Amino acid sequence: MSTQTAHDTRPAARAASGDVLHVTGLTVEYGTDGDPVRACTDVTFTLRRGEILGVAGESGSGKSTLITALTRLQRPPAATTAGSIVFHPRDGGPAVDLVTASPRTLRALRWTSLSIVLQSAMDALNPVMRLGAQFADVLRTHDRTLDRKAAWARAAELLTTVGISGDRVRSYPHELSGGMRQRAGIALALACGPELVVMDEPTTAVDVVMQRQILAQVLRLRRTLGFAVVFVTHDLSLLLELADRIAIMYAGRIVELGTAQELYDAPRHPYTRGLRDSFPPLRAPLWRLTGIPGTPPDLRRPPSGCPFHPRCPQRFAGCDTHLPVLGEAGGAHLVACRLDDGDAAATGTERTTDGGDR
Amino acid sequence: MTATTPVLSAVDVTKHFTVRSAVGARSVVRAVEGASLDLHRGRVVALVGESGSGKTTLARVLAGFYAPTSGEVALEGVPVRQRRGRVERGYHKDVQIVFQDPFGSLNPLHRVRHNLERPLRLHHGVRGRAELDRRVRELLERVALTPAEQYADKFPHELSGGQRQRVVIARALAVEPKVLLGDEPVSMLDVSIRLEMLNLLDRLRAEDGLALLYITHDIAGARYLCDEVVVMYAGEMVEGGPKEQVIADPLHPYTRLLVDSSPDPGRGARDRERLFDADADGLGEPPSLIDPPSGCRFHPRCPFAMDVCRTQAPPRTDLADGRWTRCWLHHPTQETE
Repeated sequence: MSTQTAHDTRPAARAASGDVLHVTGLTVEYGTDGDPVRACTDVTFTLRRGEILGVAGESGSGKSTLITALTRLQRPPAATTAGSIVFHPRDGGPAVDLVTASPRTLRALRWTSLSIVLQSAMDALNPVMRLGAQFADVLRTHDRTLDRKAAWARAAELLTTVGISGDRVRSYPHELSGGMRQRAGIALALACGPELVVMDEPTTAVDVVMQRQILAQVLRLRRTLGFAVVFVTHDLSLLLELADRIAIMYAGRIVELGTAQELYDAPRHPYTRGLRDSFPPLRAPLWRLTGIPGTPPDLRRPPSGCPFHPRCPQRFAGCDTHLPVLGEAGGAHLVACRLDDGDAAATGTERTTDGGDR
Repeated sequence: MTATTPVLSAVDVTKHFTVRSAVGARSVVRAVEGASLDLHRGRVVALVGESGSGKTTLARVLAGFYAPTSGEVALEGVPVRQRRGRVERGYHKDVQIVFQDPFGSLNPLHRVRHNLERPLRLHHGVRGRAELDRRVRELLERVALTPAEQYADKFPHELSGGQRQRVVIARALAVEPKVLLGDEPVSMLDVSIRLEMLNLLDRLRAEDGLALLYITHDIAGARYLCDEVVVMYAGEMVEGGPKEQVIADPLHPYTRLLVDSSPDPGRGARDRERLFDADADGLGEPPSLIDPPSGCRFHPRCPFAMDVCRTQAPPRTDLADGRWTRCWLHHPTQETE
């Protein structure tokens, strides 16, 4: 898999080194009538140029809320109540805080700097427009000099990059298979050469063979075009193979953030370990797996202390009162768990071995 | 195969659907063609394949919802009779099915208790309030929804997906079936809850000797639960056998494609490089079942396709270790060439 070393080979990444996105303390709440539900709490991360950051979590963990907040597509009753999303353009222009940006600024950024691939391409594409017309619409809005014919030619070119024959520009979405539609959605997202593509479970609705094809194409296009990806999914086993770094979300918070290798070999948060061990191996010897007992918390009544403590096999005194924050613990591998604090680990005599260590 | 009679078996089952387009043209969808399957007591058979491969249609034929176009379904060796496309109610007492979507398979207007009492009343004639209460409590406890009293009076919308799917399984168990057909029973659940469901199914197989058909597209999950794997492609069964052999060393090129495409964090870095760098555009997609390819239905996508594959459907080839496949590559005539 392309790991950090891939940074060196991408010209775009070298030319403008550094980060494309700084998310700090992002908090999103639903409902304002006195008793809001916090779906995203204090989310902080950095996205490097050309990197694939995976975001994994179960339903209700706040992944989708995070996506709509990042792309500023959220609608009431969702509201970003705190934090900032600072976008750094590749051309060295001034940084933009997406949270406070005006609709006009956002409109200029969309497609050209920031685009999204949605889970269901059937819903994302207009069913009564030919593919070429939809591509031309996007292309010509952002490049007024482009004439209709050139836009359609460019559309055919874009479709070819995702392995769809160029003459399909004349097709309507319903004439394509699910996998082709999803790939067309990816081609559309890349139409104006964005620096950041947010992908919301782009392969959940397709079969494994098509999934592998789509992912291979995303990796290949990223290598040539150098865009960064925030890839959101519930399938951690997929991210472990695809992403450079992975953020694990639980109850609206990032509980662990590290490279794919770190999270697979040595997850530090008990939830991450539980999640990793919830995927039966394809080839390794089988043993009885237990998953994670219990259910994710109701965000209307979040548990006190660490949100994971009611389900945690390794909880100890104080987990129910003290909220761990995502802290620095050994390089860039971040974890929000009291087991990882030096003093807590020393007193952590009640630790139970759950067999998750390998 | 063991010498005992399978609890439920499909013998050369074919199911075609006739569809009419808007302009009145009729065409036939060949959803399942010549499928044979044996389910034994206390054993789990996994049926894997992409969407549109006919897995669900076969399950529905086995459940008695569809009459097969040809071939037959036999319950404990006795062919199942269908009258006007329906089986007798008694059949459902032995064969139950669990669907993928726990949100759509429980009556939302009734409490869990009602959903569980109906099969008890209909199939076992349980009438007394005390007896019904006892049986409902027992069922809920078997699927680990405890305390049972608390769950019995809830409405489906008050339960999470995992809890709902447990109620669906409890409802199937209320009938005390011999066979449980699971049509992707865990694929809509969160990963941390999936394992609990798989472990529950495993326990039911061990404790009650249920014969289980586990339909899935998740090969790793199938390997975790089942004893035997059968792979379907475009309506046909292409390979089957003991799970470890089939998954570790697939015979059919399609099975290999399926296994290679499955996420596997344990895969070596070099293998991964190869898989992602391979010309992924060339993998193709399953064919239309209205006009399937001639010969072997996989040949347009098969990297090893030969002339014979294009014209003749490959017969079943049995191997010594209990595996079988339908592929000309493994047919005895090929070995000699």
